[in-house]
Amino acid sequence: MGDFDANTRFEHLLRLADTNLILGHRMSEWIGKSPILEEELALTNIGLDLIGQARALYEHAVAVSGEQGNRDADDLVFLRDAHEYKNLLLVERENGDFAHTMVRQLFYSAFAVPVWEALTRSVDTEVAGIAGRAEKESLYHLRHASEWILRMGDGTQESHRRAQEAVNALWMYTGEMFDMDEVETAALEAGHGVDLTEVREDWEHTVREVLTTATLDYPEDCWMLKGGRTGKHTEHLGHLLSDMQFLQRAYPGQKW
Amino acid sequence: MVATPTQPCADVLLERAKAVLDQVCDPEIPVLTIRDIGILRDVRMDKDGTIEVVITPTYSGCPAMGMIAIEVELALAKAGIDAHRVSLRHSPPWTTDWISDDARQKLRAYGIAPPNKGSNSKRALFSDEVIACPKCGSGDTEKISEFGSTACKAHYRCLSCREPFDYFKCI
Repeated sequence: MGDFDANTRFEHLLRLADTNLILGHRMSEWIGKSPILEEELALTNIGLDLIGQARALYEHAVAVSGEQGNRDADDLVFLRDAHEYKNLLLVERENGDFAHTMVRQLFYSAFAVPVWEALTRSVDTEVAGIAGRAEKESLYHLRHASEWILRMGDGTQESHRRAQEAVNALWMYTGEMFDMDEVETAALEAGHGVDLTEVREDWEHTVREVLTTATLDYPEDCWMLKGGRTGKHTEHLGHLLSDMQFLQRAYPGQKW
Repeated sequence: MVATPTQPCADVLLERAKAVLDQVCDPEIPVLTIRDIGILRDVRMDKDGTIEVVITPTYSGCPAMGMIAIEVELALAKAGIDAHRVSLRHSPPWTTDWISDDARQKLRAYGIAPPNKGSNSKRALFSDEVIACPKCGSGDTEKISEFGSTACKAHYRCLSCREPFDYFKCI
């Protein structure tokens, strides 16, 4: 326990990268279907940021694992099955309506901002560099989501209802974000990780402020589902991967 | 001063590489060079005579990075500098504060409002900063969308001259 060997370090990087990649892919699913043109640009730009952050982390993870000769970032993305993915359950949830997408974004960005901020102090300078940029990008994502939640929550009866339903439906997936399991604890002790109990306070404060301003109810404590970080996923991830990985599965090694 | 025969050659080559790289422009904002924006971090020569060009990504998802690496290689190859290598450095992270004052002027003249200095780490949940219109200079502008035509821009509209414009976002 508390041992931060190369495998644990790889695992820790993979969790961060996978969460960003999967949410980035969900954003890409909005292409061509967004409610307005500006939102089309916004959602795809957010997706681009997230996938860019993931890519830098995957490349670093491959370098850390010392397996540059055997696999690259693309292999990690396109050739792993669902149980090998270590993303948070929250980000694999389907897009649903626009309220669902924005509430999911609020929940994740309110988490990502303090996580990246803490990672700027990582002893791993590569991660600290990636985190420095990602923190500022996440601030844009958080503000964007907050402004939409405000409009929907404090908008029409229907937009309020939909926003509240999304908050209630996604709430049970938020608890796992703050779970200090062996990998997170080892990473923290080694100076590579984040104290997720501190992040929780920050997150609750942000989310409460946004929901309250938007006249939405902050949910009461409830049972929380977890498992994403250890590869136990909901059925939504498999469907996402079947779409995202189709080309490499059907035509192995194909390039643009 | 006595130099070894290869020394002046190496210096000349390095200087030439730097001069060539100073001409490489950003593919999406062609009025700025990659040095103006702060993407070009370092140009140096390895012991074996290879020119190493260090570039840093701007926004994490900026699709122009691949293009910029290709343009760097192309510029060096055209100048006859075949032994070169482009490497990517993430730390310290790029910030819009690295964009020079001269480059800010060029951006404004090109019709893009330059990023406000030092305002990139605000944690305000709902906020609106004042962005001056690059065309008429009026501060009476409104944000249309925080996300614009490229990863680095937001979309604004001037309420005085009615022109829409891009704002180079701070990070």
